Amino acid sequence: MSAEFITEIESGARGLARLAAKGVTVGYGGRNVIDGLDVAIPPGVITTIIGPNGCGKSTLLRTLTRLLKPASGSVVLDGEDIARLKTRDVAKKLGLLPQAPVAPEGLTVADLVARGRHPHQSWLRQWSSDDAGVVERALALTGVADLADRPVDSLSGGQRQRVWISMTLAQGTDLLLLDEPTTYLDLAHAIDVLDLVDDLHESGRTVVMVLHDLNLATRYSDNLIVMRAGSILAQGHPRDVITAELLDEAFGLRAMVVDDPVGDRPLIVPIGRTHVRLDQVPAEECCK
Amino acid sequence: MSGTPVRTDVRTDAVTDVRADGKRSVAPGVRLGQVSFVWRPWLVCVTLLLAAAVFLVFCLSIGVGEFPIGLPQVVRTILGRGERVDQFVIMDLRMPRALAGLVVGIALGVSGALTQSIARNPLASPDILGITGGAGAVSVFLVTVSGGAAAAVESTLGLSAAALAGGLGTGLLVYFLAWRRGIDGFRLILIGISVSAVMEAITTWLLVTADIKDVARAQAWLVGSLDNRSWGEVRIALWCTLVILAVVACAAFQFKPMHLGDEVAAGLGVRYAMVRAVLLLCAVLLAGVAVSAAGPVPFVALVAPQVAMRLARCPTPPMVASGMVGALLLIGADLVARTALPITLPVGVVTAAIGGPFLVYLLVRANLR
Repeated sequence: MSAEFITEIESGARGLARLAAKGVTVGYGGRNVIDGLDVAIPPGVITTIIGPNGCGKSTLLRTLTRLLKPASGSVVLDGEDIARLKTRDVAKKLGLLPQAPVAPEGLTVADLVARGRHPHQSWLRQWSSDDAGVVERALALTGVADLADRPVDSLSGGQRQRVWISMTLAQGTDLLLLDEPTTYLDLAHAIDVLDLVDDLHESGRTVVMVLHDLNLATRYSDNLIVMRAGSILAQGHPRDVITAELLDEAFGLRAMVVDDPVGDRPLIVPIGRTHVRLDQVPAEECCK
Repeated sequence: MSGTPVRTDVRTDAVTDVRADGKRSVAPGVRLGQVSFVWRPWLVCVTLLLAAAVFLVFCLSIGVGEFPIGLPQVVRTILGRGERVDQFVIMDLRMPRALAGLVVGIALGVSGALTQSIARNPLASPDILGITGGAGAVSVFLVTVSGGAAAAVESTLGLSAAALAGGLGTGLLVYFLAWRRGIDGFRLILIGISVSAVMEAITTWLLVTADIKDVARAQAWLVGSLDNRSWGEVRIALWCTLVILAVVACAAFQFKPMHLGDEVAAGLGVRYAMVRAVLLLCAVLLAGVAVSAAGPVPFVALVAPQVAMRLARCPTPPMVASGMVGALLLIGADLVARTALPITLPVGVVTAAIGGPFLVYLLVRANLR
């Protein structure tokens, strides 16, 4: 199923992928987390990588962003092997937000966001009016302009994450890769951050994220990559991909997939061992 | 190439009102021809004031002595328009000591700022990178173990050079032990502390078992002092420091995003492992130069960046200001050691006595706000 889907994307049905992994094998200290994986990121949409803990989703994201160097295979950005490109040139095309980044104590929001301009600067040209304009707009777009003079460490988790996204935006790339942008955020702030990510994609950017929460991933993604044990189990629109069978296969999770009463995507209702009205659970789920 | 339009800038259409209070959010820039940088008036003022203070203390330090010379005369002589007697006393006799203080102070301040920034930890100072420990162990070994190879090394290399070699050797050992696909700040600190502890154990063992006269000589070296500097030694230290500082200045731009962590820096196109390796080597070399010129002067490298950070109101140690505070602390301490106290103390005793309380004062003041 996954192989067919990849060919469909590569054949140009939805535009050529700007970022793709070809036969990548990646691991830490001799142990391969991902072995010979192929994946293409469709342009202009939000792609979310989901999967159980330790399945290699962060490893895949880190490989796509050149943070990890594959032992074999390659990551291709705009037709070129990312390992052969200057890391600075990659930074002009691909913005990256790692998981739970930490700013030095006392660094102001404006200064943090201004760091995003680094790939466009040089030793002599450390700050131009262009930079100022882009940073102003990045601050405004993420709704943190009024916090510009505040130290980042004095902000709430949600505000802080907006500031980091703002820094990634100031980088001026149309490819954004976010590693668990909602970690440590309560649901309201998580929704807030993901709405922002959706705004960014609406203006033409390609977004790739790793998310833990399946319902948030389903709601906010146009393309899901479901991983298990280092390989891709399924890829496609949440409506096509999210089924009770898949959740069982990928996560070992018993769940019902129902229509989301407010959204246009499916809603996952997990079935645990307790607090469940058994008469509501379909027979085929019961027997598992 | 792509199916969707490629956008390289932040969307502008959605932004009408940039900020509710109408103020600019971003620091203004300064442009001089092709050169542009962020204008930070406070940092620039603090750095200039510190430089002025360093110059003042430098001149005061030259004026003080058995044959006191007034401040105006000192300045005139340094500028090359003094009388012949002053010229001799200042340029030939007193300048080496003052310059050694300046160079060692700047080297220690910048070295501390680099190690603290690289480790992202205010406790990291070149002392924990093993340089001080290694230099101390080697010099105490040479002083206390008489005859044979030790004496031969001491007579050919000189104590300072041998100590420098020992310090650099230990620093590089820590550096390579900490290397694991790049340098990790935490690992560096742990290995540095372990190696330093071994070196200190060796030093203590040598002192305990040595002859009492040698112990006194070794102790004097271990505290750090600016006594009896010659132009030859100072010239070497000065040139080494200038070359290393030039490398630091070149790498400083690439270092800026590294305060945000390795992965963010990598995302911004910085080859962080290489930048860090180069700058850490610079920190080790700067501390080595300082140790060879003045012995292991304690506390300056630890406290100078922290004081500079608080004075300049920066979230990370500012390099130039740290160097200035280092120089101010070292020359000032030497001045106090020679004048204010009834007995002449080595500078190292006073740096710790002044620097410690001042840092505590800054921390307490920050708490009271």
